[in-house]
Amino acid sequence: MKCEYELYKPSWCPGCGNYMIRDALKKALEDLEINPSKVVLVSGIGQAAKMPHYIGLNGFNGLHGRALPPAIGIKMSNKYLTVIVESGDGDTYGEGANHFIHTIRRNVDIAHFVHNNQIYGLTKGQGSPTTALGQKTTLQFDGVKLNPLNPLALSLTMGAGFVARGFSGDIEHLSNLMKEAILYKGYAHVDILQPCVVWNKINTFKWYKDRVYKLNDDYDYTDFELAYKKSLEFGDRIPIGIFYKVEKETYEQRFPFVENGEPLVKAELNPTNAQKLLEEFY
Amino acid sequence: MDYSILIGGAAGQGIETVVELLEKIIKRAGFNVFTYKDYMSMVRGGHNFMQIRFSDDEIYTYNSKVDIIFAMTQETISKHHDKLKSGGIIICDESFEENDFIKLPLQKLAKDLGNTKVVGTIGVGFIIKYLGISYDIAANTIKTFFKDENIDVNLEAFKIGYNIGENKYQLQSLEDDKILINGNQALALGAIAAGVKFYCGYPMTPSTSVMSYISRHANEMGIVVDQVEDEVAALNMALGASFAGVRAMTGSSGGGFALMVEALSLAGIMEIPIVLFNAQRPGPATGLSTRSEQGDLRFVIHAGHGEFPKMVIALRSPEDAFYQTARAFNLADKYQIPVVLLTDEYLADYDMTIKPFDFTKITIERYISNENEIEDERYKRYKYTESGISPRLVPGIANEKLVLVDSHEHNEYGNIDESIETRVNMMKKRMKKLDNLRTEIQEPDYIGAENPEYLLVGFGSTYGAIKEAVLRLNLTSEKFGALIFGDIYPFPVERLNYYSNKAKKIIVVEQNYLSQLKSLIDEYTDIKVDKSILKYDGRAINSDDIIQELNKFLSNYTI
Repeated sequence: MKCEYELYKPSWCPGCGNYMIRDALKKALEDLEINPSKVVLVSGIGQAAKMPHYIGLNGFNGLHGRALPPAIGIKMSNKYLTVIVESGDGDTYGEGANHFIHTIRRNVDIAHFVHNNQIYGLTKGQGSPTTALGQKTTLQFDGVKLNPLNPLALSLTMGAGFVARGFSGDIEHLSNLMKEAILYKGYAHVDILQPCVVWNKINTFKWYKDRVYKLNDDYDYTDFELAYKKSLEFGDRIPIGIFYKVEKETYEQRFPFVENGEPLVKAELNPTNAQKLLEEFY
Repeated sequence: MDYSILIGGAAGQGIETVVELLEKIIKRAGFNVFTYKDYMSMVRGGHNFMQIRFSDDEIYTYNSKVDIIFAMTQETISKHHDKLKSGGIIICDESFEENDFIKLPLQKLAKDLGNTKVVGTIGVGFIIKYLGISYDIAANTIKTFFKDENIDVNLEAFKIGYNIGENKYQLQSLEDDKILINGNQALALGAIAAGVKFYCGYPMTPSTSVMSYISRHANEMGIVVDQVEDEVAALNMALGASFAGVRAMTGSSGGGFALMVEALSLAGIMEIPIVLFNAQRPGPATGLSTRSEQGDLRFVIHAGHGEFPKMVIALRSPEDAFYQTARAFNLADKYQIPVVLLTDEYLADYDMTIKPFDFTKITIERYISNENEIEDERYKRYKYTESGISPRLVPGIANEKLVLVDSHEHNEYGNIDESIETRVNMMKKRMKKLDNLRTEIQEPDYIGAENPEYLLVGFGSTYGAIKEAVLRLNLTSEKFGALIFGDIYPFPVERLNYYSNKAKKIIVVEQNYLSQLKSLIDEYTDIKVDKSILKYDGRAINSDDIIQELNKFLSNYTI
């Protein structure tokens, strides 16, 4: 199945990592042969969140920080849909951090691709939750005064069953991570490092390129303590790949009628089915 | 006959169980019941009370005066003894200091039974004997009311209470053909009948019992109930579910509803059908958590940044809550808009006997298009049409067409578009739905004299109190009428103009400070409102209050 780009011209800057992330997503969906009409791409607001406009899938481009709640509603209503969330670091770890935490607790079967360029792009260069301490921005003139949030350590400790990091500069590797995340039964968190060519002059393409390295083939991604240790490594060397992957019961499985029945959207609605509930009021 | 029993005590003493049992027995004896609940935001202690009113006639609200007070604390007596009618009785434990009341060895008897929790049931036995309500009906109710392991001890307690009491009245049982239900249960039942498949919310008094009712029946009815992290998630999640094609719902009280406002605006521009409710309590902010007000009328009508069509329905009674909630889902689906149900703590919590709901009257109209009906090669989620309503496809149910919804201003496909032409056309398209909606809003209910001299106007939960006030006033002089709004936005004006032209004086009755309903009348009509009867102390207005205030106002005129 082809996942066509729409005619709509992206408003991303030339050289933006979003183009590569889109290519990786397209490749992942094509490789998995998922019919685009069975995929919903949910996003919030930000440069990353414009993705539903630039790719031929069902799309829900909602509010800033609020990509995850509708994604949960969609998946619970139609379990046969492949639900993918694309959002940025501000969208996910700032405005939407509360939803991020509680989505992990639920473990709904959705794949979450966070475009993390460590800066606010759409609003022109303010510090994001992942901007380094002390980094000067268009708002934090004498440097960011908040400590950065560690996305992978957070999702690991919250109990996510699939935690990974990709890099927009390695489409093949990223695309494979996306495939794994989409196939994973449960909430899959993929933090994707990408440069912002206009607003982040520190974490440039070269900066990332010089630092990222792939986790070894013999890396044991079922070892939680090892994964946690790896998640703290972010400096001269930055690991990419699947940090942690184990099977966990999904949210859907905790609702017997969702797990065993037809998708809720196919339920036949008949008011008289509820008649029996009147009994207790007599 | 028209009797009221007040039962009071501290939170944690189980007065709710006593009240539920007693009202059920009286209901099963065939009487109309109305139970008013007054409780504090406390898990232990404080002072809570409930009043069971019952009659062989129709009743619509609570009475100010009572015939029996069953006091489980001294405070109940000090707070309420002035409500007692002459000839009324107060029942309490023998350990209480006061002298003139009927003092029963409730604690001692319960201890003898080995269960101090049955104090209330002993009292119920005493009251049933006093009223002369059928012993068998009461005993049978106890057998179905308690869990198996508690039936015997409660039956025993009931018998003891019955035997120590004296009989005063002989109330002949009538046919028991009604249900006893509160507004939140009726609302929840309406949603279930309408086929809600996804309900999410965050607990907030007095909205929570809707969610807990649906949750209790979730597995049986195949409904996903999600207790979300916050109300922001609630409406966004419900919108996701609705986008995916199921009927979804959320609700809260004012503070939680405030957090939903951003996503309400999202529903507006995305044109996703959604039903949500605000069970009002007095604000601002935390306000009075467990009490009632109608202070959010303007807030709800205007909720959401930007301009978009929505509908607001004020629920008037448990019966209204059931049928209007089910209707709200059809309207939301038809116009692809948010429909907000406005209720409040009073309506949420009072129990009332009503005619059983007729589920065959509920229709389900989804207005979802079939993929084959779509002529455009690329599906236009926001296609311009005569009605402003675009054919709706559900993602994933459509096998070829893709569905794109967007929070930005967008073109017909749902893609971001900032052009002047698109903006203007899309605003007109969306707002056109409001024009069409206006043609099917329901006019307010009218009660009373066909040519009223005095017209009372209210909305929502004051329905019962206003209705009863008008019926009582018209017994002596057929001069009163009342209009009570259910559909309140868009604001229906036809019947209001009609009856206002007939009436000499227009009196608005509402539970807020600013007289928000009056401000709507000012905004949408040329009618001059002569008086606002306002109550904003957190307690529900009843017919006694209305008649008293009305008499004060009309003392300058001849009634």
